[in-house]
Amino acid sequence: MGLTIGAASNPTSISGQSPNWVTARLSDLINWSRTRSLWPMPFGTACCAIEFMATAASRYDLARFGMERQAFSPRQADVLICAGRLPFKLAPVIRRVWDQMPQPKWSISMGACASSGGIFDNYAMVQGIDTIIPVDVYVPGCPPRPEGLLYGILLLQKKIMGESLTDQQLRVERTVGPDGLFLPPAYIDEVSEPFGNSIHQTRSA
Amino acid sequence: MSVPSSSVAALRERFGDAILLHAVLSGDTIVYVRADRAHEILAWLRDEPGQGFNYLTDVTAVEYRDAERPIEVVWQLRSLERKADLRVKAELDKAAPLEVDTVCDLWKGANWLEREVFDMFGVQFRGHPDLRRILMWETYSEGYPLRKDFPLRGHLSRAEQTRQALAANPEAHYSLEELSIAEAFHELPDDVRERLRHGERGKVR
Repeated sequence: MGLTIGAASNPTSISGQSPNWVTARLSDLINWSRTRSLWPMPFGTACCAIEFMATAASRYDLARFGMERQAFSPRQADVLICAGRLPFKLAPVIRRVWDQMPQPKWSISMGACASSGGIFDNYAMVQGIDTIIPVDVYVPGCPPRPEGLLYGILLLQKKIMGESLTDQQLRVERTVGPDGLFLPPAYIDEVSEPFGNSIHQTRSA
Repeated sequence: MSVPSSSVAALRERFGDAILLHAVLSGDTIVYVRADRAHEILAWLRDEPGQGFNYLTDVTAVEYRDAERPIEVVWQLRSLERKADLRVKAELDKAAPLEVDTVCDLWKGANWLEREVFDMFGVQFRGHPDLRRILMWETYSEGYPLRKDFPLRGHLSRAEQTRQALAANPEAHYSLEELSIAEAFHELPDDVRERLRHGERGKVR
C-alpha cells in the first residue's frame, strides 16, 4: 500500500503518542478507495445469476467487499458482471449497457458460457462476451460457486490496485468501430472456433 | 390404450376424405387432416357441442430427418370441460410454399405460437395479424434455425453474425405495447391504438 502512518513507525519521535498525519501515493489511495467501493451492474441471463444472487446474499455477503449497492442502473455502476450465456439477441443490449457505464469501469465474465459460449456452440449464442465488450476477469465454472466469483472479484481488486493513474490508455472508451465490430473479424472467428466436445457437433453442418 | 378418441369417428363422418388417417400413440389420438381444410376442421372441433376443444395447448411443427417427408404442422387441442385431448396434424409439401391458415381467429393464444413456428420453420400462416419473428430478432437473415438443412452454427461466420447482431437495434423491433407502456396505451389517439393493435410494424415481407 505504501501508507506511512505518522510517527507510529518511528519510535524515537518525540511526538509519538498518536499518529496525526498520513502519507501515501495518490494512486494507491485512489485505487484503494475504488477497490473497496465497486458497485456491480448485474447482467444475469442464466443459472450463473442464481450463483451471483447467492454470492450477494447473507451467507457469502458481497457487501463485505464494498459491493453493498447493486447498481441496477448502468450509469451508477463500476463493474459489469455478465452472469450467464449471452445470445446474439442480447449482444446489442449488453453493448448499450457497457457504453452507458461511466469510466472508470471494469467487467467480469462469470461462467463458461459468458467466457466462451460454453456448451452452446450454436447459431444463437455469442462465443464469449469478449467479442462484444472488453473483459477484465474471467471466472470459470458451470456455474462457478460463490467462492469462485468472490475470488474473481478479489482478482479484479488486485488488478485495480496495480493500475496507474497516468496511464491514459486504461480509460479510453473502446467503442464499436465503423465496421460494426468491437474486435477485428478474423480475431472473432478465431476465438469462436469449436473446441473440446463441440468439434463433434457436426449434425447437418 | 389403443382406442382412438371418439372425435375421430365424428370427424370422418363430418369431413369425409379431408381426414386422411388417424393413429393412436401412447394413448394420444393423432388425426392427419388436409392442410387446406385444417382451419375449417379446427373451427368445427372448437364449436361443435360434442367436441368443445376450447383450449389450444400448442401449435408447433415437425421436420423429419428423412428429407422426402413433408413438414407437419401440429395443433394440440384440449377440451377443458371434457378433459379430452386431440392432436391434429397437417402435412405441408416442402416443394410448395409452406402455407396454412392461421387459427388466431379461433384461439387468440395462437398468435405467438404461430409466430414461433414461422420463426423456427418458416411456415407462413395466412391471415395472421402480426406474423414476424419472435425468438430471433426481426432482421435475422440466416433463415429458419429448426429446419434440417440449417447448420447448427448458422450459415454465416461468427464475425458476421456478431456484426449483424450488434447492428440490430432492439428497440426498433418491438411495438410500443411490447415495451410495456401499457398504461399509456389507453391515452393514445384512436388511430395509433388501432395501428398498435395490429402490430406496429405490420407483416414481415
